[in-house]
Amino acid sequence: MSRRILLLLLVPVLAACQREEREYRANPIASETRETVALTALSPGGNEPVVATSGKGRDYENNAYHLSQGKRLFQWFNCSGCHAPGGGGDIGPPLIDDKWIYGASIEQIVQTIREGRPNGMPSFRGRVPDDQIWQLAAYVRSMSGNVPSDAAPTRADHMHPGPSESRRPVSPPIAGGDVPPGGQAPQ
Amino acid sequence: MGRRGTAAWAWAFLLLLGCAGAVAAQESSIPVPPAAAAPREDGQWVMPAKNYASTRYSELDEIKTDNVKGLQVAFTFSMGVNRGQESAPIVVNNTMYVVAPYPNILYALDLTQPGAPLKWRYDPKPEAAALGVACCDWVNRGPTYSNGRIFYATLDGNVVAVDAETGAEAWKTKLGNVRDGETMTMAPLLAKGKVFVGNSGGEFGVRGWIQALDEKTGAVAWKAYNTGPDKDVLIGADFKPFYESDKGQDLGVKTWPADAWQQGGGTVWGWLSFDPDLNLLYHGTGNPGPWNSEQRPGDNKWTAGVFARNPETGQARWFYQFSPHDLFDWDGINENVLLDMKWRGQDRKVLVRPERNGFLYVLDRVSGEVLSAKPFHPLTATTGVDLKTGALIHNADKTPQMNRVVRDICPTAPGAKDWSPSAFSNKTGFLYMPHMNMCMDWENVSANYIAGTPYIGAELRMKAGPGGHRGAFTAWDIAGEKIAWQIKESFPVWSGALATAGDVVFYGTMEGWFKAVHARTGELLWRFKTDSGIIGQPTTYRGPDGHQYVAIIAGVGGWAGAVVAGDLDVRDGTAAKGFVNAVRDLKDVTTKGGTLYVFRLP
Ligand code: HEC
Repeated sequence: MSRRILLLLLVPVLAACQREEREYRANPIASETRETVALTALSPGGNEPVVATSGKGRDYENNAYHLSQGKRLFQWFNCSGCHAPGGGGDIGPPLIDDKWIYGASIEQIVQTIREGRPNGMPSFRGRVPDDQIWQLAAYVRSMSGNVPSDAAPTRADHMHPGPSESRRPVSPPIAGGDVPPGGQAPQ
Repeated sequence: MGRRGTAAWAWAFLLLLGCAGAVAAQESSIPVPPAAAAPREDGQWVMPAKNYASTRYSELDEIKTDNVKGLQVAFTFSMGVNRGQESAPIVVNNTMYVVAPYPNILYALDLTQPGAPLKWRYDPKPEAAALGVACCDWVNRGPTYSNGRIFYATLDGNVVAVDAETGAEAWKTKLGNVRDGETMTMAPLLAKGKVFVGNSGGEFGVRGWIQALDEKTGAVAWKAYNTGPDKDVLIGADFKPFYESDKGQDLGVKTWPADAWQQGGGTVWGWLSFDPDLNLLYHGTGNPGPWNSEQRPGDNKWTAGVFARNPETGQARWFYQFSPHDLFDWDGINENVLLDMKWRGQDRKVLVRPERNGFLYVLDRVSGEVLSAKPFHPLTATTGVDLKTGALIHNADKTPQMNRVVRDICPTAPGAKDWSPSAFSNKTGFLYMPHMNMCMDWENVSANYIAGTPYIGAELRMKAGPGGHRGAFTAWDIAGEKIAWQIKESFPVWSGALATAGDVVFYGTMEGWFKAVHARTGELLWRFKTDSGIIGQPTTYRGPDGHQYVAIIAGVGGWAGAVVAGDLDVRDGTAAKGFVNAVRDLKDVTTKGGTLYVFRLP
């Protein structure tokens, strides 16, 4: 009898644990999720571009563990050196603002990290396991306040240049960003 | 009463005598650039530093203190790129040559025609990937001329020689590898039939070097690394450094943890000088990598210092280290101004160097001995330089530590004075220095070496120094070892300086003011507001019409102006390696630009 009560009591406790699902075994480095993304809002025929995403991104964005891992990896893989420890930008563009050259969705950011971008963003494919790329991308989303605040990192280990990711104002993404150098240079 | 009066008179007389004595002593001890390194004025400006002595002084004197207020725009030219314009317009055979930031297009402007129309352009088509490994904007510090050709370095690590008449490429030699984080931003020096160039990338753990290329063919004549074994550094029998700390075998290996010298920095992205009489080439070496000093115990030879080398063989003659075991990114790449002067009664050939660590050094350029090192910037990180050992004396309280923020370190990472070259006036004996007035908070964090990504290991934020202004333009009395006058500027002064025989000195501010000041007093004589902040190098020349012109390229950027050039987010004080924290308001006063301005009297 009391055993049954105990079991019943355990149900909600276990359910609460569901929130933090972790995959302890990382994907092998070569495997890669397939997401169909576009880099523009235009598509001939006046329609939205054809995209198809697996939904995997949401699992990462909503998960505090993945976000805090992403924050650690952001420094580990020297993203911080090019985008600044606080993400305000340096060699590469700021990641805490609302302007996105190559798209602000987690799938687009995954592509940015995997494939690199022509004006100086390295391609990390084959150097970083795929699930860590997703963690990084989720963390990048948190830098502009675009993940649930209860999952975002709440403190910085180093210099505190601004509010923690969990207290960042949401910056709704705007496609565009800086003028690429090709557009500035005389032809 | 009477007696007191006499005493007063006597004092006044003595004072007068004293003053007269001082004036006489000063007149006789005005340093002069060695004639072989600073030939007579020909009205041209063939290299960014003007001459081998790097004085940036022109004997042209049509523009004077009493008429400079009449300066007007003669013509302008769009550089086509809205990024930091650190370059110097050079003038040869009635043609002006200007190089833009990446994509590094070289333009030739015909000064004999109204409006100086474009004669030709040369596009080196550099690799865009270089943009990811250029630490501090897409800058280029200038082209240089020799024997009918223009020479310059491209951001992606090539050196090119271009026919000055036609714009045809004579040769192109690839020296740097962007995949390892190497770029090139410096202005080459041409001497003895050779092109002397060095790499950038001290923030990427590259191994610094200087190379000499054959001026005719672009073939490599020699290459000297600034870290590693003596044979790579070109240290041999000729090497006679002045101080004990630089004597010994393979110090470029032994003063580092095992193999750390391979990612040790010591790049050559700044200024070179050449003394034809002594046949010595002088070049500085950049900061050691990573910035986190706890990861590289030791003196970290041969970073953050200055080498004298034989230009033919590259063999080192002497070395002096301004900042042994650098703690704060204090590259030793600033200009080396070569002068001859009386020092404590003796004739000395000196090298004057306003240094990032906040001291103005006077070195004997024959031996490498430090004759004087006087501070020109508020200091908390260091207390002085021991002239017996040559050692920089640190304040232990300000030593960076892992995971701890050390506050109020002065000067900052870009130093008391960064690359922005000063000018020396033969008439006043003063060195005119663009520089900063800033302090910073610094925290060491662990740095991971991944080739082609930053190797820094520090988080920092800079701020205004005592007084609240962030920059200054200072006239330094070299013989008197003191400040002659100083102009406070709200923003760091990141432009170069130009001195002229008309007793007018030029520089630009990050707000976009191009200023002319009195060489003797610093009085503001004229200013003109350009379209963007100025970080370029002013030059002057005699036009085909016989009149004097002054040129400057406006366009904010560089490390100091990255906040505008790179559209950085001012909410993050660590942006642009902490520079943004000090210059958040730059976005409120200027926008991106890239325009050449040339001025003349009506
Ligand atoms: C070597 C410097 C460098 C490193 C290291 C680096 N980046 Fe970048 N990053 C850049 C540059 C430069 C760009 C802009 C590329 C362009 O415009 O083509 C960029 C672009 C981006 C963008 C696209 C921004 C937009 O507006 O669309 C994202 C996201 C990004 N980086 C994230 C990262 C992450 C995460 C890491 C670490 C895994 C990282 N970067 C490492 C230099 C770097």
